[in-house]
Amino acid sequence: MKQVEKPQIDPQVALRWYKDMIYIRTFEEQTERSFRRGKIGGYLHVYTGQEAVVTAFLEASRPDDIMFTGYRDHPHPLLRGSDPGAIMAELYGKVTGVCKGKGGSMHIFDVSRGFYGGYGVIGGHIPLAVGAAYALRYQNTDRVCLCFFGDGAMNSGAFHEPINMAGLWGHDGTCPVVFIIENNLYAMGTSVKRSSAVTNLASRFDQYAIPNEQVDGMDIFAVHGVASRAIDEARRTGRPYAVEALTYRFSGHGAADLFQPYREKTEVESWRQRDPIRMLEGRLRADGHLTDGAIAEIQAAADRMVEEAVKFAEASPEPPAEELYTDIYADA
Amino acid sequence: MPEMTYRDAIKTTLVEEMDRNPNVILMGEDIGVYQGTFRITEGLLDKYGPRRVVDTPISELGFIGAGIGMAMLGLRPVIEVMTWNFSLPAADQIIQNAAKIRYFSGGQVGVPMVIRGPNGAGVQLSAQHSQSLESFYGHFPGLKVAAPSTPADVKGLLRAAIRGEDPVIFLEHAGLYGHKDDVPENDYVVPFGKARIARAGRDATVIAYSRMLHFALAAAESLARDGIECEVVDLRSLRPIDYETVIASVRRTHRAVVVQEQWRLFGAAGEVAAEIAERCFDDLDAPVTRVTGADVPMPYARSIELMAIPHEQDIAEAVRRALS
Ligand SMILES: Cc1ncc(C[n+]2csc(CCOP(=O)(O)OP(=O)(O)O)c2C)c(N)n1
Ligand SMILES: [Mg+2]
Repeated sequence: MKQVEKPQIDPQVALRWYKDMIYIRTFEEQTERSFRRGKIGGYLHVYTGQEAVVTAFLEASRPDDIMFTGYRDHPHPLLRGSDPGAIMAELYGKVTGVCKGKGGSMHIFDVSRGFYGGYGVIGGHIPLAVGAAYALRYQNTDRVCLCFFGDGAMNSGAFHEPINMAGLWGHDGTCPVVFIIENNLYAMGTSVKRSSAVTNLASRFDQYAIPNEQVDGMDIFAVHGVASRAIDEARRTGRPYAVEALTYRFSGHGAADLFQPYREKTEVESWRQRDPIRMLEGRLRADGHLTDGAIAEIQAAADRMVEEAVKFAEASPEPPAEELYTDIYADA
Repeated sequence: MPEMTYRDAIKTTLVEEMDRNPNVILMGEDIGVYQGTFRITEGLLDKYGPRRVVDTPISELGFIGAGIGMAMLGLRPVIEVMTWNFSLPAADQIIQNAAKIRYFSGGQVGVPMVIRGPNGAGVQLSAQHSQSLESFYGHFPGLKVAAPSTPADVKGLLRAAIRGEDPVIFLEHAGLYGHKDDVPENDYVVPFGKARIARAGRDATVIAYSRMLHFALAAAESLARDGIECEVVDLRSLRPIDYETVIASVRRTHRAVVVQEQWRLFGAAGEVAAEIAERCFDDLDAPVTRVTGADVPMPYARSIELMAIPHEQDIAEAVRRALS
């Protein structure tokens, strides 16, 4: 990992990052409570601990850039400005949800904001992102496609074929995609050490002629620096770029992962010492940009947004019977 | 109406649609420099350039998945699989992504993509290269499945597929690429879910599609010499499927024989037979029967390979049994 310089960032910008991270953490913590109360069904995978990654990448991207990710997919659209009520309602299985209650937690979409999902088969969305990037260039735009996935996805066949194609198309400048590996060290209970022959995951992109780097995924300044470089490169050259963000999930893999026999409590504790939100908070405080009062206010504002979202979701109706048979084909 | 081969009908339609809409692009293995495994895309790389005629690595999962992403962003990829047998590494992309994205996104985005290539048995290609996958892909809501038998239907259905908004499994038959027939000119479109009465008759209905349609017509010819008049229905598309034409015909003839090249268990013919049984119970003068491929992996040797797929005589016999 490169030692990253600490650039002087406008405190207003850093404060925005801080608010964003508080917002998505508060949202995720609420979804876990709602899940325990039986309000959310199916699987629920939250982003807690990894916030610096998505926040920095979305900050470094343009609003017209597009995104694909796996099933740990709530914060990506939230930070793009999706209505938190519509996301929460989706989790609650309500017709007012972003996907009318047809997708649920693993299939959030908000295409109007460039968020193209939300996929539940590990690695299965990677080829889509590569094709989408090709389409962006085919249409003569300079938009970029961000493709997020976990460390586990890199061991699927669906990783290797499209990554090779992306490297290949990159030679012609027709594949402006940034691959972002949210390496939280585990795929469910299987650690990177137990699943990848090479543990420097970024280096695996060398084989496909794709520039790559690792970054401390808990340090939002570092992630933002790399993200800006990667996105700018992809935009300028039409070539793919890969960033491995070393991060950690504080919650279980999913809401059903209660005992976590694959990792020690002490390991979780030591990573919590590097909580990306607390790290940024510490720095902003030290520089005099954040007071206890301001922190409380920011948290209260996030609480209010999330409370509103829950109220909306709870008050919303379930999908009516007609919805069962719509959206299968364009004309039905 | 000009005469044209099944192969040329595919190519002509691709060219017309590419000329009409710059978002239509072709992608697949060896479709460009090599000129196409079955020479469907011959000359098209020169005509349209490498951005629109994309030669891919041997990465079915990769390029079919990429096609889905392109389609979501507004392109209209027409993807060639060398044969449908090789679509299986990409089955996850087709079934889990292409078929379902419109639904689980709540209708926010669709996948207007066509995947085309030869389906079914060739000549001595043995077990891995001879499969018919229509019932497999026909199983999944969100996909459309076409299996044309004539050059005219190739043109009409392929055009509907490329102009449509949904993912289409376009099953050609390698055994028909050289087949010649009249093809209507201009903007001829055949909508999905409309079967065709390929031959009118009063004594029994024979339902078929793709290459088997021709065997059914040949059987009908030979039966006609004995005074037995078969109605032959060409399903043309299997999803959506036009049960109305089938049911109306069986109500007239009171007998039905359903033909398919693929294996008997869980096949398209069983599906059609069940629908007829449910809706025409009182109209039937004989049990609905199926004529299907043998329940075996395709053998190589010609003698037993020929026994593994249905022939004209099998169909004729089934009709005679229904009438006896
Ligand atoms: C093809 C496939 N196999 C198995 C699963 C079950 N599964 C869901 S999440 C997961 C772990 C994925 O880990 P990773 O890619 O590192 O993402 P993370 O959950 O850590 O964010 C597995 C095995 C799946 N969804 N898809
Ligand atoms: Mg992981």
